[in-house]
Amino acid sequence: MSGMILRLDDVHTDIAQYHILHGVHLDVPEGGVHVILGRNGAGKTTTLRTIMGLWRARKGAVIFKHHDITRMHVSDIARLGVAFVPENMGVFGGLTVAENMRLATRDGSFDTARLDRVQTLFPPLKTFWDKQAHALSGGQKQMLAIARAIIERRELILIDEPTKGLAPAIIRDMIVAFREIAAETTVLLVEQNFRFAGALGQTVAVIDDGRMVHHGQMAELVESQKLQDRYLGLSMAAAE
Amino acid sequence: MSLAVEQTGAPRQLPMGRLLVYGTVGLIALALLFAPFLFPDVRSQEVAARICVFIVLAASFDLLIGYTGIVSFAHTMFFGLGAYGTAIALKQFGASFTSIALGGGAGVLAALVLAALIGLLSLRVKAIFFAMVTLAAASVMLVLASQLSEFTGGEDGLTYSIPRLFSPATELIADAEGKAVKLFGVALNGKIALYYFVFSSSLALFAVMLRIVASPLGRVLKAIRENEMRAEAIGYRVVGYRTAVFCIAAVIAALAGILRAVWLKYTGPEVALSFDIMIDILLIVVIGGMGTMWGAVIGVVLMTLASYYLKDLMALGAEATASIPLLPDLLNPDRWLLWLGVGFILLVYFFPSGLVGTLMDRDARAGK
Repeated sequence: MSGMILRLDDVHTDIAQYHILHGVHLDVPEGGVHVILGRNGAGKTTTLRTIMGLWRARKGAVIFKHHDITRMHVSDIARLGVAFVPENMGVFGGLTVAENMRLATRDGSFDTARLDRVQTLFPPLKTFWDKQAHALSGGQKQMLAIARAIIERRELILIDEPTKGLAPAIIRDMIVAFREIAAETTVLLVEQNFRFAGALGQTVAVIDDGRMVHHGQMAELVESQKLQDRYLGLSMAAAE
Repeated sequence: MSLAVEQTGAPRQLPMGRLLVYGTVGLIALALLFAPFLFPDVRSQEVAARICVFIVLAASFDLLIGYTGIVSFAHTMFFGLGAYGTAIALKQFGASFTSIALGGGAGVLAALVLAALIGLLSLRVKAIFFAMVTLAAASVMLVLASQLSEFTGGEDGLTYSIPRLFSPATELIADAEGKAVKLFGVALNGKIALYYFVFSSSLALFAVMLRIVASPLGRVLKAIRENEMRAEAIGYRVVGYRTAVFCIAAVIAALAGILRAVWLKYTGPEVALSFDIMIDILLIVVIGGMGTMWGAVIGVVLMTLASYYLKDLMALGAEATASIPLLPDLLNPDRWLLWLGVGFILLVYFFPSGLVGTLMDRDARAGK
């Protein structure tokens, strides 16, 4: 586990009667952005939700910084320093932006310097600080969900398809924001937008039908048309 | 980097809905504060005291259903525990403040223990099963109150005396002839002291609940109401928080029960444990607006005034329209529940989030 912040060892997860993950192995190095790619229904989201404890692994182990978190309660995993930004943004619409942010702090108060930094990364949050979150646009909700995950230092941030439904201009800004976030923490990203993933990721794992079919450096995948065709059926050129 | 900020240049308008709500609540508070002098007759004072106690009861129920999304049918059970604890102690140990403290304290403790047990054992299950558990617990308590007649007075309930300070015969301030001094034509006697005991206790309990919903705990409760999973994923133990708020609401309901028992000098299943009260507070919270607190105030006033005065109003209407066919029949006071039902349906139709909820939502949508 040396140098690794997270390890999934032969993880099997069922959802109702469906066997979704078929023995997933995954090593996530400490620091930087690491990406899980895969087509729809391959098991990307289930992998993240299994790590977070939202789905319980039937078999196998999830090890986070030497803690076996396979059977831990979601809130305990969160308290260990794992944040989760779900695909559907996961903001509390009936609460204001400020209340959403405060919920993610341990004692309800902000580290002013850190808050300034987060608001610089995502300026709309400062503008709409006292507005209810349901009034925000899709992109702003996504910013809020990510801002909430970084308002206090986390060890690992799990982010599920952050660019889904966002305008290209916002995605470009998100890339810059994610680079800043990755400077102090580890990000495990599930993404279908290959250009976004390729621009950010250091390592990449490709999942298909509940199994990891490829694991390596992102640069290698970005460079290799052959690997892209084999694992994604898509080239960088086609993704543009 | 620069992430685009979408902002409208529209000028800020006055939050009319909010102003209307706060203005109405302010008027209600003033009317209750001066109720003994504004409405000195016995019936009006009973109405005012009932409003005070039911504001606390309905607001504590709003903590559950409105702020946390917990559907419980056991709220009157906790109310009844406070009322019966006080009633039994006053009956057994005599009319003293010590009896109120001991009996009421025992009732509050019983409510706390029961709420913790029900909460810890049942709040993990789905909402509908939890509601069924609370319904069963409330039914058991109602049966126990009827069966244990040696202590509870059974179906007849208990009648008892209250401390002498609260007796109408007690002069709070006596004149030279030894009679109670009058203020605005109203004698300053024990009945006034009793009303202000109920009023100030209710006000204090309501203020505590306002503090709770504005606190970090209130924020977490609202998050849980919106999405339990998301709340857990940011580190909150939902079962713990739900149990905590269930206990807090139970204790406050039991304290309201103490006030009701002291005011009425009678406690029985009909006034402390019946499912009619449960339905009343559910309607009050829906009419007023769930998750608003102020909705409980306005809802209680509307429901109480309707149940006490709608009949009188309809009798007047029937009399005034005696010469018109059909109308006097429709306005027959015996049909008051029908009109109350019609009023309720109209309120739900035009104010889907309750009166306060809808008015405040309009402000929020208008960006005020």
